Amino acid sequence: MNEQLINVPMFNVQIDGVWHRFPRGTRVIEACAQAGTFVPRYCYHKKLSSPGNCRMCLIEMGMARLGPDRKPELGVDGMPVINWMPRPQISCAQDVTDGMGVRTNSPLVEECRRGVMEFLLINHPLDCPICDQAGECELQEFSVEYGSASSRFLENKVKKPKNVELGPRVTLDDERCILCSRCIRFCQEIAKDDVLGFVDRGSHTVLTAHPGKRLENNYSLNTVDICPVGALTSSDFRFKMRVWFLKETKSFCTSCATGCNTLIGTREDVIYRQTPRENDAVNSSWMCDYGRLNFGYIESERRLLEPRILSGEKLVPVDWPTAMAQAAAQLKHCQGLEVAIIASGRMTNEELWLTAQLAKTLGVGWIDIVPRFGPGDDILLSEDRNPNSNGTRLLGITAEPGAQLPAIVEAVKSGAVRALLVLGEDPTKLGLSLEQLKELPSLIMMDILSSVATENATVVLPSFAFAEKRGSMINGEGRLQRLNRAVRAPGQARDDWEILRDLIQACAGTNGIGSVEDVFRQMSETVPHLAGLSLSKIGDLGVHVMEVNESPAPPYTPASHDIEEEMEHQPPGRTSK
Amino acid sequence: MSVCVSRPKLNWRERIYLPAIVGGMAITIKHLKNMLLGRTKVTIQYPEQTLDSEMPEHYRGAPALVRDTDGRVRCVACQLCEFICPPRAIKIVAGEIPPTDRFAKVEKYPAEFDIDMIRCIFCGMCEEVCPEQAIYLRKDYAITGFTREEMVHHKDKLLEIGGVMHGVILKWNEKK
Repeated sequence: MNEQLINVPMFNVQIDGVWHRFPRGTRVIEACAQAGTFVPRYCYHKKLSSPGNCRMCLIEMGMARLGPDRKPELGVDGMPVINWMPRPQISCAQDVTDGMGVRTNSPLVEECRRGVMEFLLINHPLDCPICDQAGECELQEFSVEYGSASSRFLENKVKKPKNVELGPRVTLDDERCILCSRCIRFCQEIAKDDVLGFVDRGSHTVLTAHPGKRLENNYSLNTVDICPVGALTSSDFRFKMRVWFLKETKSFCTSCATGCNTLIGTREDVIYRQTPRENDAVNSSWMCDYGRLNFGYIESERRLLEPRILSGEKLVPVDWPTAMAQAAAQLKHCQGLEVAIIASGRMTNEELWLTAQLAKTLGVGWIDIVPRFGPGDDILLSEDRNPNSNGTRLLGITAEPGAQLPAIVEAVKSGAVRALLVLGEDPTKLGLSLEQLKELPSLIMMDILSSVATENATVVLPSFAFAEKRGSMINGEGRLQRLNRAVRAPGQARDDWEILRDLIQACAGTNGIGSVEDVFRQMSETVPHLAGLSLSKIGDLGVHVMEVNESPAPPYTPASHDIEEEMEHQPPGRTSK
Repeated sequence: MSVCVSRPKLNWRERIYLPAIVGGMAITIKHLKNMLLGRTKVTIQYPEQTLDSEMPEHYRGAPALVRDTDGRVRCVACQLCEFICPPRAIKIVAGEIPPTDRFAKVEKYPAEFDIDMIRCIFCGMCEEVCPEQAIYLRKDYAITGFTREEMVHHKDKLLEIGGVMHGVILKWNEKK
């Protein structure tokens, strides 16, 4: 890679009077961006092809003047003399050449931008007060710089379809569309689902789906992200919240092993949306709809809000010290081989490491996580739906997720296991019946949502969801990434690592851990892959920490493991209304 | 840096003070005379008496939502007033107008619109920022309640105070 970069010829390009050097193949618009000048654009997106149809990125361009010997003439400064072209050029579809000159802020260029803006706004409805894009709309942004305060257009605006349901998750307003074709190119080039296109001519051109087809691929909501105006909006986010209220927290998606980088948009402890965050090592600029909309359960009615212990025949709410003391007493009451731990591939490295410490403290032999598979694709969605399978391997929870699970289930059934600690999983989905769980002398469950199993546990410990905690996970390609807290958890729920630390302390005395940073520090001292790292050193884009051998993923068998989220996430498209 | 302010030089009339004292007493005695004859009133007997009829045009009272002459609630829940409100008194939850509705083309309406009148400082920024001519400061000033909840004006109360606004731009009617 590096050698290729070195061998690429570098070209001298003059941008706004200053000479820069760029490698061959750099788009002029990107060269301007690297030189510190942002050229306004609508149709150009750096991850897509350049059709050059919006004309917003017009600039003045010139080539090196050639002398009679076909060599560039050099000026007094030793640089080529530039022959300026008499008309503007688009900068998005042109690569840099040696001796090229670019003017991005000349009077001609500014006049061109004003003209393009006026044309784009001729048929635009100007319904910003009801438009979800308002606040992050490029049409609004460039209007501030190049728009006119009043319209010279006296004729009636062209009327086009509004509020069209383009697919289960995307709503289209054709009047707002500026025909940039980003969504069409995304569907062709990235999603490989060519359903969108333009029909009709002139100012009556509209964006539409192919007759009989809908924009319903698993990447449809990326078209909403890249739409520079409010033509494509998310049906899920529609009218929920204005974007300028949203606090955006850098995080990543925990719905599969890919771990797409995201921004979680929240306001006052409510999550309103997730949008992809650019990370070329993981997800480029995209994420799938399944992961994007899989956050509704965080505000579910079924959230566990308080620790509870079994007293007599029913679970009663107690305070945390009581619940922890009860859980520790139940665990200590059993011999090491009578305890089994079912952890989860959705736990962070810190939590898994503490779980391993707890297992070591108690001398637990039975420990595994629940593997979770679903149909994957070639784009982003991984077949492994556990976000941290590699973390469980690295931290010694299990060599192969699920290998020990049948043995644990058998041991529970036979009564050999007398205490079962379940961390964020549902044991009834592993083939254990309710009666078998009820017969367990102690069933300690740490979870987010209540289930049949938590209703029949002896101790219930409410914990945090992915958007409520800090921590790290290792994605399917061995990249260590960091979760940041976007919202506060409801009720008395506690951070998972705190619960596990307190359990260890109650069983084995103090361990000197006071924060999640302490957990990571102790973990990095014992795990060589993480040596020298800390939560802050992971950074926003993650760090590659382990090589993943290319073992083929186990085949997907839908009957083997029930994927509850697949049902839960069914986006509330308007078909349901 | 200090500035020297020179003392004014007083002439002999000013120095003996008597003319000023006499002049002041004259004004006081004039007021006393008017009071005794019942010509000046310094106190209004509120709430039996009010100045409601003499309110100035620019008086800023309680903010309220208005309807237009078509009967449509002007507000489209753009939440700019919620954003601009300095004491954060406004809370809006947007809703979607069903496609069968008479005003379906407007698409969006405020499902909930609360103004906490304990927080409101009557600054009028909500009226100024509103792109839909939907919220106005009316002349209501006597806003009372026994509980905090009573002091929150919900959408119904706001529309009741606001009433119908004439002479506003009916921009949504120009569309299909």
